[in-house]
Amino acid sequence: MKYFKILAMVCAFLFIQQSAMAFEPRNVLCIAPSDPGGGWDFTCRNMAPILSDLNLVKGRIRTQNMPGAGGGVAYAHVVGQQKGNANLLVAASTATTTRLAQKMFQGFDADDVRWLAALGADYGIVAVSPKSRFKTLDDLVTALKENPAGMSFVGGSAVGGWDHLKMLMLADAAGVQDLKSVRYTSFSSGGPAIIEIMGGRADVFSGDVSETLTQLEAGSLKVLAVLGDDRLPGVLADVPTAKELGYDVIGANWRGFYLPEGVSDEQYAYWSDAMKKLAASEKFKALREQNGLAAFERTGAEMDEFVLNQVKSLEKLFARMGQ
Amino acid sequence: MDAFQSLMQGFSGALVPINLLVVFLGVTAGTMIGMLPGIGPINGIAILIPITFAMGIDPTAMLILFAGIYYGAQYGNSISTILLNVPGTPSSVATALDGHPMAKSGRAGPALAISAIASFIGGTVAVIGLMFLAPVLSKWAIRFGPAEYFVLILFTFTMLSALSGKQFIKGLLATGIGLMLATIGIDAGTGIPRYTFGHLAFYDGLDFAVVTIGLFAISEVFLLIEQTRGTGEVNTKLGRVMVTAKEFLSSWWGMIRSAVIGFLIGVLPGAGATIASFMAYATEQRLVDKKGTFGTGDIRAVAAPESANNAAVSGALIPMLTLGVPGSGTTAVILGALLALNLNPGPLFIVQHGDMFWTLIASMYIGNVMLLVLNLPLVGLFVKVLLIPRYILVPGVAMISYGAIYAASSSMTDLMLMTGFGLLGYLMRKTDFPLAPVILALVLGPMMETSLRRALSLSNGDWGILFASPLVLVLWGLVALSALVPLIRTLRRARAYNDSEQH
Repeated sequence: MKYFKILAMVCAFLFIQQSAMAFEPRNVLCIAPSDPGGGWDFTCRNMAPILSDLNLVKGRIRTQNMPGAGGGVAYAHVVGQQKGNANLLVAASTATTTRLAQKMFQGFDADDVRWLAALGADYGIVAVSPKSRFKTLDDLVTALKENPAGMSFVGGSAVGGWDHLKMLMLADAAGVQDLKSVRYTSFSSGGPAIIEIMGGRADVFSGDVSETLTQLEAGSLKVLAVLGDDRLPGVLADVPTAKELGYDVIGANWRGFYLPEGVSDEQYAYWSDAMKKLAASEKFKALREQNGLAAFERTGAEMDEFVLNQVKSLEKLFARMGQ
Repeated sequence: MDAFQSLMQGFSGALVPINLLVVFLGVTAGTMIGMLPGIGPINGIAILIPITFAMGIDPTAMLILFAGIYYGAQYGNSISTILLNVPGTPSSVATALDGHPMAKSGRAGPALAISAIASFIGGTVAVIGLMFLAPVLSKWAIRFGPAEYFVLILFTFTMLSALSGKQFIKGLLATGIGLMLATIGIDAGTGIPRYTFGHLAFYDGLDFAVVTIGLFAISEVFLLIEQTRGTGEVNTKLGRVMVTAKEFLSSWWGMIRSAVIGFLIGVLPGAGATIASFMAYATEQRLVDKKGTFGTGDIRAVAAPESANNAAVSGALIPMLTLGVPGSGTTAVILGALLALNLNPGPLFIVQHGDMFWTLIASMYIGNVMLLVLNLPLVGLFVKVLLIPRYILVPGVAMISYGAIYAASSSMTDLMLMTGFGLLGYLMRKTDFPLAPVILALVLGPMMETSLRRALSLSNGDWGILFASPLVLVLWGLVALSALVPLIRTLRRARAYNDSEQH
């Protein structure tokens, strides 16, 4: 017992010693809560290493894939077993908040981790076939108001997922009351859903900008509106935002990170500062643009608030859908 | 002759030393990745992407490299499948049906050799198809909607009813087990978890590799435990290493037919190599298996699926390159890499980046030749694996399997599940249940279910969508044909049996 006490004291002493020193991350691990390939993996393997290049993190950042439950396995692992580990980053996106709002990470809530940063966003789009009966977003919304079940939406996320929600937010903003009747069919990713539009079997595609760039250039898809604050540069320069057409819908699929709960405020401040510097670097901007992501920056407390608000408003939407 | 000229230009691009080196590296890495159970080309490529970006490799070389890994892995896959009965991907399960029995009876050499040759033929036929038909076939892919997929998968199931042979009921039960396992996880159509028992680990459903390695490899370990301190029997019969001219000729037309089937099915996004390989197997079984030797180690039954799955892999590049829509997980990863390089595959890709497209095609000819040259001489080496005493070999395979699964998912649950499936596989083997239908149902079941539900969701609940297009009606015709013929045969046999019982 005596030895135990001494040991405990030594440990406590070391702990105080350590936290008294300025925080410097070491052996940083980035968890991508999915299989290799895809957004979260990209966040860990391509975005995070720039921190090392900028000397904000010493040494190489390792990536570990922890697939399962659409990020739920990693979330449970971080909340349950990584408390206070300040050398761990976890990739996250709107998919994470959507599932939290749907209560799909059983027993876990959005405030069980510390939201660190969003570093770029893929804006949502509403697209149809060039031969479609809908020439403008107004055409589409008018038809939707008349008969919410009269057209089929397709997208790459599950029912209740981000692509579905964006269309519900649009319907909601347009004053459609009966959100339950809006018909959405889910595909495994954006690609197969676009094929349904090209094959004339579905009416409207809900996706993100990055999923549609190739089809836009070839003219096999027509984008009716971008769900962003401002118009986007490049191929989409002529496409209006839903906002300027009078529907206040922002569908930004952000990419970023969270930290485990229990990291000290000092450590949290270090990381938010590092993320700010990362977002400002030329190297990061080049990477972001190359991958079709628009600028979208939230760090530290601002990010925490942003995420908690997003989860709350999504929860309300789910309640109205009856899910 | 336009295509021919472009191809010549492609060869001049592909034959520069750096590209030759890249093809070689790609196909070698692919073969090795394919040989290890549990590590697919998708992981290999995903991990290589940031490295190739960092090295600043030229985009053409990168595309060649990734394509090389992709089709190279199909060659490698057959090696562990035939020698160890451990199919690394669903598309190799059909090869195991006759490949492993061949190895057991001392004909591992010819089995491996024919699989390399069949892969070469399948790959080459598909490259020729890719060259001439890419733009036309992308239209065929667009016409395949959820209703068409549903009937196509139904067709696959009816074609395969003969797979379980004499144990028809057991085959049906095994299919049932597979279908039940397939329902585990979040239902994408509604977002509701099914049979997860509240465990997050089950939300994504069961990992194919966990189930296959459990059923095939781990059950082998249990069988071995049963025979501990046995005779230490070693399978020393290695036999010939090469195929004979007779064996080759008997498989020739089958390989060509299978390559065409594989290519056409491979073009369909999402259907891919698994359906192709089983479809080829079943077609050959109906066409040439007069003596009922399929399933017992018939070389033609190894050649057919191997030719088909390789052809399918090349076919899957078509929707990716010409529509910008990936046909499989691996092509999705390759597409992501191309997009990051500001190359937008899509309807204009061949027009805008013709030089790149033709260099890729040429590199695939070269890659397939390299794979053949690489694999055939190595057959002699690979078969020596069978000389390793089974009490070392089988636990060794188990060790690699556990290691690979853990490396991919970092999940203890997966390891426990794999052990559980090992036990299930052991029980099934002991009671003479076929294992392949479980895997097949696990892969095709969810595809069939989601296709049907997507079709009905698109049509707002109108079942008429299942009969709405000429294409879908043709597929129904095939279903009827393939279901009725064996049924009538079975009924007739049953009546004959009953008659003999009564007398």
